[in-house]
Amino acid sequence: MDQTPINLLEIKGLKKTFSVSGGLFSKALTLTALEDINFSIRKGETLGIVGESGCGKSTLGRCILQLLSPDEGQVLWLGQDLTKLPAEEMRMRRQDLQIIFQDPLASLNPRMTVGDIIADPLRTLRPELNKEERRARVLKTMASVGLLPEMINRYPHEFSGGQAQRIGIARALITEPKLIVCDEPVSALDVSIQAQILNLLAELKDELGLTLIFISHNLSVVRHVSDRILVLYLGRIVELATGDEIYEEPRHPYTRALLTAVPIPDPKLARLRNIDALRGEIPSPINPPSGCTFRTRCRFAKPYCAEKRPPLETIENNRLVACHRWREIEVPQEAVLGA
Amino acid sequence: MAGITGKDQVLTNYAKQLETLDAPKGRSLTQDAVRRLRRNKAAVLSIFVVLFIILFAFVGPYFLPWTYDKIDWSGIRKPPNFEAGHYAGTDQNGRDMLARIMQGTQMSLIVAMVATLVSVIIGVIYGAVAGYFGGKVDAVMMRFVDIMYALPYILFVIILVVIFGRNPVLLFVGIGCLEWLTMARIVRGQTLSLKEREFVEAAKAGGAKPWTIIMRHIVPNLTGPVVIYATLTIPEIILTESFLSYLGLGVQEPQTSLGTLISFGAPVAETLPWMLIGPAVVLVSLLLCLTYIGDGLRDALDPKDR
Amino acid sequence: MKQVLSVQDMSVTFELHESEVHAVREMNFNLSEGETMAVVGESGSGKSQAFLAIMGLLAKNGRAGGRAMMGDINLIGMPANELDRHRGKDIAMIFQDPMTSLNPTLKVKTQLSEVLVKHRGFDKAQAVKTSIEMLERVGIPEPVKRANAYPHELSGGMRQRVMIAMALLCQPKILIADEPTTALDVTVQAQMLDLFKTLTNDFGTSLVLITHDLGVVAGVADRMMVMYGGRAVEKGVTDDLFYDPRHPYTLGLLHSTPHIAKRAKRLDPIQGMPPSLEHLPKGCSFNPRCAFAFDRCLIERPPLIDTGNGREKACFYEGPMAYGKVA
Repeated sequence: MDQTPINLLEIKGLKKTFSVSGGLFSKALTLTALEDINFSIRKGETLGIVGESGCGKSTLGRCILQLLSPDEGQVLWLGQDLTKLPAEEMRMRRQDLQIIFQDPLASLNPRMTVGDIIADPLRTLRPELNKEERRARVLKTMASVGLLPEMINRYPHEFSGGQAQRIGIARALITEPKLIVCDEPVSALDVSIQAQILNLLAELKDELGLTLIFISHNLSVVRHVSDRILVLYLGRIVELATGDEIYEEPRHPYTRALLTAVPIPDPKLARLRNIDALRGEIPSPINPPSGCTFRTRCRFAKPYCAEKRPPLETIENNRLVACHRWREIEVPQEAVLGA
Repeated sequence: MAGITGKDQVLTNYAKQLETLDAPKGRSLTQDAVRRLRRNKAAVLSIFVVLFIILFAFVGPYFLPWTYDKIDWSGIRKPPNFEAGHYAGTDQNGRDMLARIMQGTQMSLIVAMVATLVSVIIGVIYGAVAGYFGGKVDAVMMRFVDIMYALPYILFVIILVVIFGRNPVLLFVGIGCLEWLTMARIVRGQTLSLKEREFVEAAKAGGAKPWTIIMRHIVPNLTGPVVIYATLTIPEIILTESFLSYLGLGVQEPQTSLGTLISFGAPVAETLPWMLIGPAVVLVSLLLCLTYIGDGLRDALDPKDR
Repeated sequence: MKQVLSVQDMSVTFELHESEVHAVREMNFNLSEGETMAVVGESGSGKSQAFLAIMGLLAKNGRAGGRAMMGDINLIGMPANELDRHRGKDIAMIFQDPMTSLNPTLKVKTQLSEVLVKHRGFDKAQAVKTSIEMLERVGIPEPVKRANAYPHELSGGMRQRVMIAMALLCQPKILIADEPTTALDVTVQAQMLDLFKTLTNDFGTSLVLITHDLGVVAGVADRMMVMYGGRAVEKGVTDDLFYDPRHPYTLGLLHSTPHIAKRAKRLDPIQGMPPSLEHLPKGCSFNPRCAFAFDRCLIERPPLIDTGNGREKACFYEGPMAYGKVA
């Protein structure tokens, strides 16, 4: 029996740029939000995508779902390239590919009731269902995300952040999708509610056999939920590895920097830490540094890092790293404590 | 926690029971706004005054002994005379002023309502489409609006009048067709910002087609600015109608409007003051109250007040 | 240790259309020189309002009661003009979003030097020079260039540093930072927290760090105070609260925070939602969500009591602080 895991989604050579106005007298500049993005996602896994401002993680999520059109590259869903699909077919595909947004209240139409909001994708994508059938599904889904059925006629502003996010999750689940892109789903929530929603997502994933793409800037949260983690910096992949590999043996200097910067709720460990002396700030994506874009902040940078962009190499276990010096740099024992 | 798959049967039954569930109604944004509006005393008072004026115009005539076009040969150019039933005097043709004021108000109000309705419908759809689709569609549509704006308004009206004659219905439609321009601009602006909101993106992710998004997600969220602007344009429309009537392009005799009454009353204001005071008072009250209501609506619908 | 701030029985109340909301009640704490105290809580805990009250920055419908003694003077209830003399000079506050706290129409150097001219009587040239030195101290590269820029030309991290520089120019004894790093990238946040540590060491500033992020607390704070429903529910030395929490809410927060070094299968979230301040539960405000609540908790509100070693807690439960097996 062929036991190779199914690649649900394959991204090949994705590139996305935006035009930014250069001001009154200069011509438009190009902002490269994503470039050279290549990876695949297996059925049933949770892929975490982590990075800071300007890394393009949200853009990547939207390009996958074709809410933004990539400039170049392919998005292969079960072998079919979504970027080439005609609009009508793509619309029908959306039953399988859903999204949960960061700001729960902003992602809900303030003038619609909760029931209508959750039923909305059904009305569009399953027009054969009648009103009762839709309502039954809405109620079932509400129960599965922990919302009381009596809430069905209420309006979004009557809910707290955590409940509103549950509504968003219900809406994403109603068409019984195979893959859900979670774009910072807990960042806007209180800590205790974050934990509830994370648990809810984990349970739903197990019960429904979902595949998740979890986008966040918080490495602790990403590590908690993900099987594999994709680290982005200024629109490029710098590392892709399992959560354990990222934690125990981070190969890219940026990944190491992230690990040492992540706040740990553990005073003793925190005191032992030596913050990776990460210099400077994230460069502007409009005018990134030449060669390796991370070199301006990297303490392992050598002159040749400025000349050529490091290719994304595959090392053991299907790990990916984009660094000229990954073989030479010694990875410390406890990377999270800094060197 | 039950999932969608697996426990289907139990849940379908549960759901069927819930079908008869009398789920409590939520508190919509509109209800919130109405509550806020009720606290604004000036606005509430203005609403009552406007309602009174509407009753005055449409129900009032049933209580009067004279109609607006009946000539009283014994009372021409007479000041208010209660025994004769001319509570506001008569005009130069012996017609009862109060009846004429009522009829004039009726006409002005109908013009305002219809013109506003026309301008709202055309303006909202035009502006939402332009704003949502953006790009070339938007550019072309808004250039058209710009050109229309540049055309002399009066010229347009005169052309309409020449083609269709002095028909009040035409007047309504004509004014409406000119007022939609500003509404379209406002709606387009609002749409530009609305379409960037996450719930619109969510609708796209749910597979909604552009037309569905416009009608179900964008237009309902335009209510605030549209209602406010419409309320504030009504005074403008009434004045425009008055101005056109003053110029002789509006309603025809024996029908009249507030503007026509004022245009006849102004030249003889010194000798026959009752011919001006009545209609002027009604017009000014109407305009003031509508402005207060518009302001009140703006405050009530302001989402920052939460 | 010299005490720089002593808050006694402070309360903050807001008047709404039909009711009164108690945002903060019976707050007591002392802040020593050079110490960093974290104030931890979620939405509705009252943590920000308490310090806005001390700074005299409450909204118009807010009233503060009690005392906030800075030396001999009580900051609560002080008239605005008197408060102005102390704000910025003795006690300063920085906020989450530096963009809204900086004037977008004035250059950075103008805003900074204004503070010096006003509070320390410097002349313009001297003020600008000192400001640039301060920018350098807070780790801004090319300080002269940045000083001549407008706030929107700087990145988020830079703006936050400018805010800190502005707050420190008068060398205040007390700096209150309200979620200062929440809006920043994690690598920038790490630099900022490092900066805070340097500040307290070099300047002897006492820092109050208001945050909901336990990771941030663990890295920086000497002591911490956990707030819930407008009241302090546990206080003590940071290590004590992290390794030996005595209040179920503190325990719950610790279990809700993913710990990158320990990868638990499931988090143990606190059930339920933060309470609405208008309708706080009877008895202990935390009881609907508490895994250890018993009958006394539903009737009586536990007072904040001293349990020795500088620790205080507001809870009747005395048993072991551990969750059973998660079902």
